[in-house]
Amino acid sequence: MKNKMTSMSKASRDNLWTILMLIIAFAVVQGFRMGGLVNSHMDGMLVPICVYATMAVSLNLVVGILGELSLGHAGFMCVGAFASAFFSKLFENSMGVFPRFLLAILIGGAVAGLFGFLIGIPVLRLNGDYLAIVTLAFGEIIKNLINVLYVGRDSNGLHFSIKDQASLGLAEDGEMIIAGPQGITGTPFNSNFVVGFLILLISTIVVLNLINSREGRAIMAIRDNRIAAGSVGIPITKYKMFAFTLSAVIAGCAGALYAHNLSSLIATPARFGYNMSILFLVFVVLGGIGSTRGAIIAAVILTLIPEVLRFMSDYRMLIYAIVLIVMMIVNWNPTSRAFIRAHIPGKLSGGKKAAGGGEEGR
Amino acid sequence: MALLEINQLSIQFGGLRAVDDFNLTVEKGDLYGLIGPNGAGKTTVFNLLTGEYKPTEGVIRLDGKDITGRSTIEINREGVARTFQNIRLFKQQSVLDNVKIGLHNQYSCSAVSSILRLPSYFAVERQMNEKAMELLSVFDLEGEAETISANLPYGKQRKLEIARAMATNPKLLLLDEPAAGMNPNETQELMEDISYIRENFGMTILLIEHDMRLVSGICEKLTVLNFGRILTQGPTKEVLSNPEVVKAYLGDD
Repeated sequence: MKNKMTSMSKASRDNLWTILMLIIAFAVVQGFRMGGLVNSHMDGMLVPICVYATMAVSLNLVVGILGELSLGHAGFMCVGAFASAFFSKLFENSMGVFPRFLLAILIGGAVAGLFGFLIGIPVLRLNGDYLAIVTLAFGEIIKNLINVLYVGRDSNGLHFSIKDQASLGLAEDGEMIIAGPQGITGTPFNSNFVVGFLILLISTIVVLNLINSREGRAIMAIRDNRIAAGSVGIPITKYKMFAFTLSAVIAGCAGALYAHNLSSLIATPARFGYNMSILFLVFVVLGGIGSTRGAIIAAVILTLIPEVLRFMSDYRMLIYAIVLIVMMIVNWNPTSRAFIRAHIPGKLSGGKKAAGGGEEGR
Repeated sequence: MALLEINQLSIQFGGLRAVDDFNLTVEKGDLYGLIGPNGAGKTTVFNLLTGEYKPTEGVIRLDGKDITGRSTIEINREGVARTFQNIRLFKQQSVLDNVKIGLHNQYSCSAVSSILRLPSYFAVERQMNEKAMELLSVFDLEGEAETISANLPYGKQRKLEIARAMATNPKLLLLDEPAAGMNPNETQELMEDISYIRENFGMTILLIEHDMRLVSGICEKLTVLNFGRILTQGPTKEVLSNPEVVKAYLGDD
């Protein structure tokens, strides 16, 4: 009994460290900003860092905890970004900033979650790599779909078209909201570091609390051994759907944050394409699959490096590659893992859950 | 009424009839053994019973209720739990968590209250922990509750699998070669554990086993399977002295 109590606090102590790490990092950065120690270029990086770290948390839920591969997470971010920006444009002059932005984030999450759910229905009943293929296609399709979507508004209401601007037939007082390849311009500039941090913090708490619960254990049971999970009556499809949809919701919220940080939101491959999805996967893998904290750290470091090393111009990608390799060795080499576990108890070495996932294969 | 009634169960994989015209009646409280040479179709019977495979023909009744062709999840909820010949634990998770996953359907707590850490979450966790520790202590595993299950010695992994199956509160427990890979001491302990859960939980057990010491030691009735068909059925002593059974195991002389 005594043993049980100390161990329970071990898992939550580990989570507490993650939360504390985030809060301390936030406080330090805020302190620097107030002291005027952060230049405007770095200041502009803060929101994207929060976006990418939140995406890492989101994807880690699918890849590390559920054990399924998603190669289209940028697609969910894209859906969330456009849904929320669309909403903000629509109600730009009819609502206060705070309730509108809050609603925009929730709508971004909800719409992305809906897409996640719809994709999950056919795919998550199957086993194997189908999810990877379908999400990959989804990411590409959604991007191209938005690029041909025209939405305008005039006194008669909303007009939709997938042809061109003229076919909308807007009246004189009409206004474009989504202009196909030009995307959405003039989204209110509501995102800031504090909001970004809060979204990251809430996503992290949600995922960590989920992991250490009845539902989280069921999800990890499916990852560890699907047949055994079925044999003890775990409803496999239900929990797969749940984890995947929740992950899509978080990605949508990150997308909303992203959209309200840009003057023009365009569904370009550079922003929402396959490469971005892979980048998110890199965060998760280098952070140590299944470790939420690791994924966040990897996202922050890998987003910062190219910017910090900008003065080295082309050589910075060389350093980037070296950092990737070093992180891989530190996180995955058995000797270094043993070293970290022995010398940094509890903190960086991560708890039992953190080490889960890929270690033994699935 | 018998707890488990199987009538004319058959399954065909292409041209192979892996189980053919299989009949079995297990009464409540029985400790029943299913034996036979390798490849006889014993595990296939288990897979049919638990819904892993759908039978080509035949009816399976549990407590009078037809469960033929249901999914593994539904069948588990009806009260059939099993262990696996090749151990299938949730390897990355602790011994305690393995049992708590088995307890999943015995407790309910919404995902929202888990995520928001509402009081009901803590109440359910506490109850699950207590129940899981209780089950672990039956198998002498309470000292290893926090060990990652993959790091347990082999014999204890087998016991943990039984504890996890017991956690689903079954009416019928299916053990697929529980003593495989165990040394004589471990087998002895296992026999005691099986007798214990049978007496204290009123459990009905159907087991597959090759270890004849275990089979003759604790099973009361046996069914012998050979090439997917029943060779003979009856009380353990009679079956084991049947020349047909000896021939199936050792071959003709």
